[in-house]
Amino acid sequence: MAKQSNEAIFWVLFSAGGVVAALLIPVQLFLFGLAIPLGWVQPPTYEHLMALVRLPLVRIYLFVLCSLSLFHWAHRFRYTLYDGLRVKHLNEIIFTLCYGGAVVGTAVAAYLLWTIA
Amino acid sequence: MSEANPETIETAPRYTEFHPRWYRPQVSVYWWLGQRQYLKFILRELSSVFVALFVVMTLFQLSALKDGPEAYADFQRSLQSPLVIAVNAIGFLFIVFHAVTWFNLAPSAMPVRLGGKRVPAFLVAAPSYVMWILVSAIVSWLVLR
Repeated sequence: MAKQSNEAIFWVLFSAGGVVAALLIPVQLFLFGLAIPLGWVQPPTYEHLMALVRLPLVRIYLFVLCSLSLFHWAHRFRYTLYDGLRVKHLNEIIFTLCYGGAVVGTAVAAYLLWTIA
Repeated sequence: MSEANPETIETAPRYTEFHPRWYRPQVSVYWWLGQRQYLKFILRELSSVFVALFVVMTLFQLSALKDGPEAYADFQRSLQSPLVIAVNAIGFLFIVFHAVTWFNLAPSAMPVRLGGKRVPAFLVAAPSYVMWILVSAIVSWLVLR
């Protein structure tokens, strides 16, 4: 019998992350990475951001955003390396680095969001 | 297998080191540079790098928020460096490219049929764009109000 493949799980995480990244990252990156540092908008105060992050719903939102986006990255970057650089033979190292990175990032996000307030 | 009679063993193909190899054309490492479609594909896939960078930035931001107002002011100053601005600007373009290609894939990934007729692609993709605008407006309002 053929070995059961885990590919479906990674694919679901990839596509869920793709939706989250497409819907949410552009606005957040635009605000925090461009509009606020360049002074296009009035920057939110520290207190205001802390008040937002204290809301459980915002923390769940940020956790889902960080985690799923990282699993999206892990899947896509893995195949970009396989195909783009023709290094399918490094399969195991690349797999470990990509998903290891996603798991570590998820753990860091969980820790920060759990202890932030 | 142990029950096989000598005749089948005799007729089994014998492999020598000269057996024919599979036909495998050599593909260059730079295969994606030649054609626009291939380049577009690789650029789209590379958007994932900027997705990961965004998460790293967000984690640093949360860590700075956790460490207090001074740490957060330092974090905001570091975002004003020209290098970080440049990376974020390029990243923004890549992620918008990801978003547009992602939303436009929906009609192919999930063909919708109404009354036996296939709903035109732009009508299937449209709700994603409406959601995108709505979500962006809500996030902006929450952050900036």
